[in-house]
Amino acid sequence: MTENTPDSPTPSRRSLLAVGGAGLALGAAAAGGAVALTRSGDGSDMAPAAESGGAVPFHGAHQAGIATAVQDRLHFAAFDVKTDDRDEFVQLLKDWTKAAALMAEGRPVGDGAYGGLAEAPPDDTGEALGLKPSRLTLTIGFGPSLFEKYGKKFGIADRRPAALVELPKFPGDNLERTRSGGDLCVQACADDPQVAVHAIRNLARIGFGKVAIRWSQLGFGKTSSTTPDAQTPRNLMGFKDGTRNVAGTDTAALDRHVWVSDAGWMKGGSYLVARRIRMNIETWDRTSLQEQEDVFGRDKGEGAPVGKAKERDEPFLKAMKPTAHVRLAHPDSNHGATILRRGYSFTDGTDGLGRLDAGLFFLAYQKDVRKGFIPVQRALSAHDALNEYIQHVGSAVFAVPPGVRDANDWWGRGLFAAKDV
Amino acid sequence: MRAVRFSVTTAVATAAALTVITGCTEKSDAKSGGSGAIRVTATDDSCKVSKTEFPAGHVELAVENKGSRVTEVEILFPDDRIVSERENIGPGTKHTLTAEVKSGDYRIACIPGMKGKGHRQDVKATGGKAAKRDPRLDKAVAGYRQYAQEQADQTLPKVKVFTDAVRAGDLDAAKKAYAPSRIGWERTEPVAESFGDIDPLTDTRADGLEEGQKWTGWHRLEKALWQDKKIGAAEKSIATQLDKDLTDWQQRVGKAEITPTSMANGAKELLDEVATGKVTGEEERYSHTDLVDFKANVEGAEKAYALLKPVASENDAALTKELDKQFAALDTLLDKYREDPSSYDFTSYDKVGKADRKELSDGVNALAEPLSKLAAAVVK
Repeated sequence: MTENTPDSPTPSRRSLLAVGGAGLALGAAAAGGAVALTRSGDGSDMAPAAESGGAVPFHGAHQAGIATAVQDRLHFAAFDVKTDDRDEFVQLLKDWTKAAALMAEGRPVGDGAYGGLAEAPPDDTGEALGLKPSRLTLTIGFGPSLFEKYGKKFGIADRRPAALVELPKFPGDNLERTRSGGDLCVQACADDPQVAVHAIRNLARIGFGKVAIRWSQLGFGKTSSTTPDAQTPRNLMGFKDGTRNVAGTDTAALDRHVWVSDAGWMKGGSYLVARRIRMNIETWDRTSLQEQEDVFGRDKGEGAPVGKAKERDEPFLKAMKPTAHVRLAHPDSNHGATILRRGYSFTDGTDGLGRLDAGLFFLAYQKDVRKGFIPVQRALSAHDALNEYIQHVGSAVFAVPPGVRDANDWWGRGLFAAKDV
Repeated sequence: MRAVRFSVTTAVATAAALTVITGCTEKSDAKSGGSGAIRVTATDDSCKVSKTEFPAGHVELAVENKGSRVTEVEILFPDDRIVSERENIGPGTKHTLTAEVKSGDYRIACIPGMKGKGHRQDVKATGGKAAKRDPRLDKAVAGYRQYAQEQADQTLPKVKVFTDAVRAGDLDAAKKAYAPSRIGWERTEPVAESFGDIDPLTDTRADGLEEGQKWTGWHRLEKALWQDKKIGAAEKSIATQLDKDLTDWQQRVGKAEITPTSMANGAKELLDEVATGKVTGEEERYSHTDLVDFKANVEGAEKAYALLKPVASENDAALTKELDKQFAALDTLLDKYREDPSSYDFTSYDKVGKADRKELSDGVNALAEPLSKLAAAVVK
């Protein structure tokens, strides 16, 4: 829902091409469905590559699923830890890493979905058999509660990063406990929903007894444009959301705003904020066009900022109402605060009153939540005209460790292994 | 209440469990009646075999159904475990059934209508090596058979207390006796359910009824006691029928087909029962005594596991270590809901909040997932 602009006032030709004009999600990056991106060795450079359905490399300096061009579908799951045993938890992280690497290649986990002992359930649940890798990425994060509840038991109490803070209570928040928090999370993104769901289902299964799913969210409608000339995707309010974003190809912007640079186990990682933002769809749909456009600070058809002609024209913030969403979210209104977004629309049917249970599942990556999401959301929660039509009902924050380097590495090794890692 | 699965798994499970004997069936057009074959002639009231003694090894039965009903032919161990079987042999048709058989005593059974024990012939395989069976697994099966019988024997008097109270019109006494009357059944549910005709009469919930089916059994009375709050003539008659149906169960339970793998899978199914019916509060929706059933299901699973553990731990020590841990964890969790660990007075499930139900569900998943691997550890 927020609207950020990379620092450079005018996107370069290159980033325009690669980014497709910057989309809500970072992703922005390039191509959507038709074009996948591959990661080079350091994982920061992106180039259009294989056809949709290909595999995104699992190993790299950064975890895939952050700067990776945004896939079409999401299954996000937050887990609670259920074991006090450090070794058991570490083993789970290793088992998960192994399974995740296989699934990212489009292969089944363990001994597969069939052909094993007739008396035992198969290792893989089997619903992704025959499907392409579909650019599946799996991204893990560790929540503050992991350190609070298991810091001593796991010997990681002194390893909690200062930047891993709980989010403050924002005015208007109506957070549901069962949609918030989590000791750890896994974000599964893929171009095929069955591939994303299969991935979370199998990780959950491997995790039984060690971790349990606390809540999860399905998402559709990736939030990035597909080609430079195409429109930015629209959110469920019908507006182009996220015309500007950090581009996955913009190494400088990623280093500046997204990747953690401090020495320590989080170097090369990032911080993730997840918010389930419910939209009051029916009241929004009864709102006059003028008010809708005033609320966002862009027009509905083209997506141009107030007073401008084209979607990607540089916004003139003072022409917008003081409560306009774009104006309040813009880095210029927030001391340059910039976040990389890769949110998804969601619709979980209706709510029993016949109202569409729908909105935006907001995901934002940043170098430091205290300088990214928190100041922006403070401004928004206090003044945003959009607040009349939305409500934040779920919230979580996670420290997302750096990438898994090779087949011997595993998710969270820096946190749990030798302290000099 | 679930579909009948306990007995269905046995044929494959037995063969695999014993590993020394593999049974298989062949298509009807395969060399039926070959020279070495044992001819089996099935009629509506007999099962004739051309020889009762044959060399151990590859054995072929050339079956001809001269009866008027669809039949089934089985090769059985003396204790009724199936070595190999062939179902759906139509009247007037010929089929071939083959099996690898070690020396020892067997039976060949023809089962017209594919129901019941059918007609049997004792046969003997001679020469070769004697079938080697793990005596520990035989012991486990015998132990579980005894357990199932004991549970039924001990349940009947408790059911009588319950049904007597219903017949006396004593609402309070009947409510008090309801949950205890179900414990033995819940402990051995997969065995109890293997008699497909008893379960629908005794343990069906309102939503499980087929169209036109008369609702009888425990849950029908549960609704009368807790929701309608009255006992009429219909309820008294249902109580009497419950006595009768459960007596039937008591008399048949000892004859259920039980194998090591069906025990292991039965244990997992008990946890499935908890996961789908008890954790949600659907099972005892009027009385809210779900935690009593929950505990009994876990106890029954634990019993089957304990009997199989000597073999399973040898094949997969990591698995049994995990199972020990998760059984203990779930038992500890359940104890939170009763003041006296020797009683079955559990917290009413409508008083168990969402977060606590989630914790119970997580505990069930943590146990059921490794338990699903027990059968494989037994047959390895």
